[in-house]
Amino acid sequence: MSPYFHSVTLDEAKCKGCTNCIKRCPTEAIRVRKSKARIINERCIDCGECIRVCPYHAKKAITDSFDMIRNYKFKVAIPAPSLYGQFKPAPSRNHILTALKMTGFDHVFEVARAAEIITAETKKILTEGKFPKPLISSACPAVVRLIQVRFPSLIDNILKLESPMELAAKIVKNEFSKSLNIPQSDIGVFFITPCAAKVTSIKAPYEKEKSFVDGAISISDIYLKILSVLNDVEKVEEIQEAGFVGVRWANSGGESTALGTDKVLAVDGIHNVISILEEIENEKLEDVDFLEALACQGGCLGGPLTVENMFVAKVVIKKYIDEAKKKGIDGTQDKNYNYDMVWTGNVEYRPIMKLDKDFEVAMKKLETLHAINKELPGLDCGACGAPSCRALAEDIVRGSANETDCIFKLREKVRSLAMQMMELEEKMPPVLDKEGNVKKKTRKRGDKNEG
Amino acid sequence: MTNGIIRQNFVIPADDFTAAGEASSSVKKMLIQLGVDPQKVKKTAISMYEAEINAVIHANGGIASVEIDRNKIFIRIEDHGPGIPDVELAMKEGYTTAPDAIREMGFGAGMGLPNMKRYADLLEIKTEVGKGTTVEITVYLS
Repeated sequence: MSPYFHSVTLDEAKCKGCTNCIKRCPTEAIRVRKSKARIINERCIDCGECIRVCPYHAKKAITDSFDMIRNYKFKVAIPAPSLYGQFKPAPSRNHILTALKMTGFDHVFEVARAAEIITAETKKILTEGKFPKPLISSACPAVVRLIQVRFPSLIDNILKLESPMELAAKIVKNEFSKSLNIPQSDIGVFFITPCAAKVTSIKAPYEKEKSFVDGAISISDIYLKILSVLNDVEKVEEIQEAGFVGVRWANSGGESTALGTDKVLAVDGIHNVISILEEIENEKLEDVDFLEALACQGGCLGGPLTVENMFVAKVVIKKYIDEAKKKGIDGTQDKNYNYDMVWTGNVEYRPIMKLDKDFEVAMKKLETLHAINKELPGLDCGACGAPSCRALAEDIVRGSANETDCIFKLREKVRSLAMQMMELEEKMPPVLDKEGNVKKKTRKRGDKNEG
Repeated sequence: MTNGIIRQNFVIPADDFTAAGEASSSVKKMLIQLGVDPQKVKKTAISMYEAEINAVIHANGGIASVEIDRNKIFIRIEDHGPGIPDVELAMKEGYTTAPDAIREMGFGAGMGLPNMKRYADLLEIKTEVGKGTTVEITVYLS
């Protein structure tokens, strides 16, 4: 098995070893060791929560450098719909798309367009009615990975359709290799990404062998390049193809609203997603047919690799949605594309929380864990480097931490050691013992403490 | 751990819908850490959750005790509530005695006992009107 890949990493030089990230991580995947945060790789779902909360910007995502596009003869950018929300001063969507192309691409194809095709396909599945309720969107890879590690019983509920990004890349490669008569390997397709999770889904897809996308460039990396040519756009090209339905996918609720049924629920923010998935697991949301769940607050517009404030970006993108509505472009009606959109692989349960392979051993460890946890102060202060007292107890039974990592436990130990030393100090060898001296000394020390 | 059994007790608080479900949630966490099959975790979590909610809605809370061993998960939820006059009727889907206020909150749809029956491998209900109810849920692991 290939080692587990994920794209969120740490910039050691910037990390101060504070506890902000360990507290927010939804899978308890970060510990502080030797004044630096350490990510437990197999636990990380690339939600990007730590990137967002780190006050020192020490968490980053591995994305591809812009120069990578030079490795391909024909270079295509496929921008996430959230890109449009980043440019307040842009006169139109075509301006942004043209400027993106001018940075060095031969062609630009909107992921928003592919999103509309996915919308149409999802609608079909919903009308046929043969699906486990509720169907859970697979558009956000961090949510799919969350389900893999924390909600295995919901794996069957995942919508097993390509993501709009994958479909966009597939379309681009197919169409251009035909029209230009070049092999698909000559075409480099680059996703302009708002988040780390998408990078992971390109480098290590869970639903198939290999992604159709060749690289991921973060919105924050390409932002200035686009901005600097945005004002120089002389001939605005007619690149936009997607209607408002596709553009709206950048918002939380965009995917589900497009399905034309009220039996949908849209949730955003990884911790909110967890609460909703728990309700689904307890079968408390039976009247919901489709769940749109996005790891970032505000949906992809709130992605950790975006530039513009999410609330501002929402206002900006509304302009493009309204404009597309006015023009009456509705991509969901289009039936020209005929691609296979069903996953060729499947996601599997990754039991990373398991304490031991052997049930009996796991039982013993769990019992010890409970016993240790009971003795810990329950403050969840994080000073030990683990996100909570229970997590520390878990680390101890896993053998990666000690009870004295807890500063309160350590203080207790130091105190009892000090008491022992005091006791020993009183026990002078009889030949040296000058009673009066010892007593005087002890009294003196006591006085000091009271003051 | 005595004789290969893990025992845990939980207090189910009265009239607290936000805290209801915490016991089944911690049991779920334990089972996942033990590496129990996800489908069995689900069966346990749902049936226990329903029993917990029932104790909150009808009986001013109660006590949940959980025993896990290699072969099974055994959950006993005990309350000193009003008891169930007609268990057979209560087992019917949609039959409910929950007050309107609770139904408006989305609880008390008359699915509690039917769901417990559906997901537990063994369900035993001992009840006496005026005294209380004890629900025993067993989910087999092997």
